[in-house]
Amino acid sequence: MNVKADIPSLITEIDYGTPASKAERMVTLTVDGRSVTVPEGTSIMRASMEAGIEIPKLCATDMLESFGSCRICLVEIDGRAGTPASCTTPVGEGMVVRTQSERLDAIRKGVMELYVSDHPQGWNEQRGTGASEFDRMVKMVGLTENRYGTEGRNHVMAEAGEGMAPGNGSLTIDYMVRDESNPYFTYDPSQCIVCSRCVRACEEVQGTFALTIQGRGFESRMVASMNEAFLESECVSCGACVQACPTDALREKSILEKGMPERSVVTTCAYCGVGCNFKAEVKGDEVVRMLPYKAGKANHGHSCVKGRFAYGYANHKDRILKPMLREKITDPWREVTWEEALTHAANEFRRIQYQYGRGAIGGITSSRCTDEETYLVQKLVRQGFGNNNVDTCARVCHSPTGYGLNTTLGTSAGTQDFDSVEAADVILVIGANPTDAHPVFASRMKKRLREGAKLIVIDPRRIELVKSPHVEAAYHLPIRPGTNVAILTGLGHVIATEKLYNEDYIRAHCDWDAFQDWLEFVSDPRYSPAEIAQICGIEAEDIRQAARLYATGGNGAIYYGLGVTEHSQGSTAVMALANLAMATGNLGRKGVGVNPLRGQNNVQGSCDMGSFPHEFPGYRHVAIDAVRQIYEDAWGVKLDNEPGLRINNMLDAAIDGSFKGIYIQGEDILQSDPDTKHVAAGLAQMECVVVQDLFLNETARYAHVFLPGSTFLEKDGTFINAERRINMVRKVIEPKAGYADWEATQALARALGLDWNYTHPSQIMDEIAATTPTFAGVSFELLERVGSVQWPCNEKAPLGTPIMHVDGIVRGKGNFVRTEYVATDEKVGPRFPLLLTTGRILSQYNVGAQTRRTDNNVWHAEDRLEIHPHDAEERGIRDGDWVRLSSRSGETTLRAQVTDRVAPGVVYTTFHHPDTQANVVTTDSSDWATNCPEYKVTAVQVSPSNGPSDWQHDYAEMSRMTRRIKGHLEAAE
Amino acid sequence: MALQPASTEIATRTASIIQQMQGLEGPLLPILHGVQEEFGYVPKEALPVIADALNLSRAEVHGVVSFYHDFRKNPAGRHVLKLCQAESCQSMGSDEVADKLKKLLGIDFHETTHDGSVTLEPVYCLGLCACSPAALLDGEPIGRLDDVKIGEIVREVRT
Repeated sequence: MNVKADIPSLITEIDYGTPASKAERMVTLTVDGRSVTVPEGTSIMRASMEAGIEIPKLCATDMLESFGSCRICLVEIDGRAGTPASCTTPVGEGMVVRTQSERLDAIRKGVMELYVSDHPQGWNEQRGTGASEFDRMVKMVGLTENRYGTEGRNHVMAEAGEGMAPGNGSLTIDYMVRDESNPYFTYDPSQCIVCSRCVRACEEVQGTFALTIQGRGFESRMVASMNEAFLESECVSCGACVQACPTDALREKSILEKGMPERSVVTTCAYCGVGCNFKAEVKGDEVVRMLPYKAGKANHGHSCVKGRFAYGYANHKDRILKPMLREKITDPWREVTWEEALTHAANEFRRIQYQYGRGAIGGITSSRCTDEETYLVQKLVRQGFGNNNVDTCARVCHSPTGYGLNTTLGTSAGTQDFDSVEAADVILVIGANPTDAHPVFASRMKKRLREGAKLIVIDPRRIELVKSPHVEAAYHLPIRPGTNVAILTGLGHVIATEKLYNEDYIRAHCDWDAFQDWLEFVSDPRYSPAEIAQICGIEAEDIRQAARLYATGGNGAIYYGLGVTEHSQGSTAVMALANLAMATGNLGRKGVGVNPLRGQNNVQGSCDMGSFPHEFPGYRHVAIDAVRQIYEDAWGVKLDNEPGLRINNMLDAAIDGSFKGIYIQGEDILQSDPDTKHVAAGLAQMECVVVQDLFLNETARYAHVFLPGSTFLEKDGTFINAERRINMVRKVIEPKAGYADWEATQALARALGLDWNYTHPSQIMDEIAATTPTFAGVSFELLERVGSVQWPCNEKAPLGTPIMHVDGIVRGKGNFVRTEYVATDEKVGPRFPLLLTTGRILSQYNVGAQTRRTDNNVWHAEDRLEIHPHDAEERGIRDGDWVRLSSRSGETTLRAQVTDRVAPGVVYTTFHHPDTQANVVTTDSSDWATNCPEYKVTAVQVSPSNGPSDWQHDYAEMSRMTRRIKGHLEAAE
Repeated sequence: MALQPASTEIATRTASIIQQMQGLEGPLLPILHGVQEEFGYVPKEALPVIADALNLSRAEVHGVVSFYHDFRKNPAGRHVLKLCQAESCQSMGSDEVADKLKKLLGIDFHETTHDGSVTLEPVYCLGLCACSPAALLDGEPIGRLDDVKIGEIVREVRT
């Protein structure tokens, strides 16, 4: 393991100074008499560290390419003149290196003395945290004096006397005021040593290029953008610069306020589907910093503003920490014991089943909870409720992915690991906005694009990837919302008619008859570029060029998001993508594949864990007798062989009066599901709604029982990310409400009379492994040992499967499917002439329940409606005006943002804020195969407005009424 | 003194300079020179336009502009006098030349006279070491500076 413990339980990952070399040839050298063998191209600094000898350094760190500016890491090499920098000098066979000598000592001290002479108040007093790398290096080189004094131009003597923090002192000629504009970190230029680590981290790791060194010589200093405050600059607050800074010039405010952490626990982020590993660093029982874990295989030590900084919601005052009950939803909540809440819920569920039938209740699993928790909820429904009425929020996002990829390739998940993008030559991004929704993966994608990979973006909106510093799409096809299947089939047409397909691959791995059928289908002139260009509102030539590039540009990798799935033809579009990959042979190796970018941390896991009404864990249909037998044996009950109700069926049944009770774990269906009014009407008809969540979410307004949830910091378990990676979630602090979510579900099951006795989530995983072939080899013991694995993980692949379909397509023969384009029912007309599409923004996450309760609001305090200047002018709308957004379903108001990011005829908004309620506007159309709602296309009209609609006022009032808790003062907001 | 152009005008004029030079290999520096030639300085408002056109960040362009002292942040005087202060010229008395010129013009290095007639700048080697002490007036080299030539320079810039 790349880990050593400084203080027991505070994990410090070794910094090797320069990145690992990927060369295969090995070189052996001697460092201070120790022999060490490393790959060719490794720096002396890294080789030395691998031999256990640390060379002092300031400008080097192993997340960044070597730079050679600090002149601290000098060494002596036999037979070479001078003292070369060990970070920029590669190893050579038989080289003899000395890292210590009187000469080196003197040089290093001399250089270090110059650094401290330009550092606030000199060398012998602790600055900032007193625990920076700079402070450590001062000690390491053994500096004992500063002959240059502390009168230098950069010394900031405390104006108000001793004891004042650096950066708050008197003005000297080069003094720059401390920048506190970012809510999470501070920049104190007086402590900057101009090592450029922050600038390089922003460029190499994050790919934003927001920082630079201003000026030259003694005046040079790091600045953001054009010497702007961080908050106003191009900075996206990923924090890579803070992590890279060797002094306290850039430092987390939480560390400066609360002090250095005492212990840390490696865990997995609970935001998006990238699944970054973090060290949660704790002081006392409070998390003071989230530091990305370099050994994390999804993120390799990088993170975004959400994962690194937006964890404050865990301590937010809105969190509910006691179970609550009420008879009617108009009553105020009453705090009760866990026992009373659970007994009440269990009795109600049993009463309802007795009164209305076994199928009158159901459960919803959460894509934010762990695999183990999700597994327990579906088990509770199937074993305890005796029906299959279980569904999950993946219904509203990636259910078409499961269906589409299963039908064509035979697996319900992405084909690659994230590392695969390093080998991609052509990247096709459709219906995804990685820089906002999957930022850490976007950084890796951008890195590959800077190395020369070509990019095709298919998206109605000009997303950041289309053009941002050092990244530019070769082709951007700004299609009309709702025409994905047309454009993808059109690309297939070009590949088919120009014979750009890979016949060898198809003959070897695909069903030839199905291919012939597909070939005939896509070759039809109605899918020619000229026709498709008409449908999609783009240029025919761009379609041809993009298809040629994808088919012939080398390794072609497809990445897609909810812009593909959340359509009436979502499943068809997924199959169209698989068709393209199969036809061009872009499957089964590094750099290719079809990859869904999963929205939530565990949406893959919740699907894998049998959260659908027709499937057991591992995507096995409930009607298959042999599969049912496995669970009947394990659980000791007879299981229903009929699929249960989907979310929207449950709500329909509720309105009809045949569905009366629901257990919802960690999902806010009222806010995240389409047609809000329909969801509200369904919930209102139920007699027992049990909501388990961190906060009184929107759905909880219709709840009778509230069970307080636990954050990812408060439990053990696993999340599965978009690359099928099973990542460990480890308990960092004790559950604030007493129970982790899996314990609460178990307690509910026991109240219902089930004999569940899990004492740790590892036992739940053992049960999953014992009953699910794709998870057969998974155990907490294995995960502890190897960090993480990608399913399938079984006898054939004991350490998991980074890339699928390597030895042939899992299904046996790849199945080409005809993908007939059928225009959505959502058509523009005189009343609703614009198309609304929805998306996300970097700083907020999903319905915003977590991020809205953090300082991330400084970047996105409200949802805005993006509208093209042409459409805005026609309606007399100026930037920032309140506008009314109406559709056939309903209307809401929000403020406009006039921008040419969207094409004329298209408007766009996010759905992070409940008072906007974009889903009041979205309709109930859904994917034909999976019922995944069509969030991405709604015909709308936009008109000037004076402010929030009546509906929004009523809603705000109702929100307040239904959130009262007996004995609590009402919150001021 | 001429009024500084409005930011939309700066953007338009910058865009046309970019258009002429975008095809060059490493177009940033030629563009910046072009901008300075056009406006007499490199207006801050021009930088985002350049960044966008070259697909760079604002930070990168600012980093480059601020690195080179030759790129001005503000308009210079009608004349620009650069006095060499490098080793050879120093040994031939460039310090005294500088003192005299500062006195005669009433300004220090990096300053412009109140009437906007001349800006005085130090420069570190013009490659005219054989003719030290040397200067550059509006791009024209002047060697072997003495009191006569100093007088001529002052007359030239004051008219």
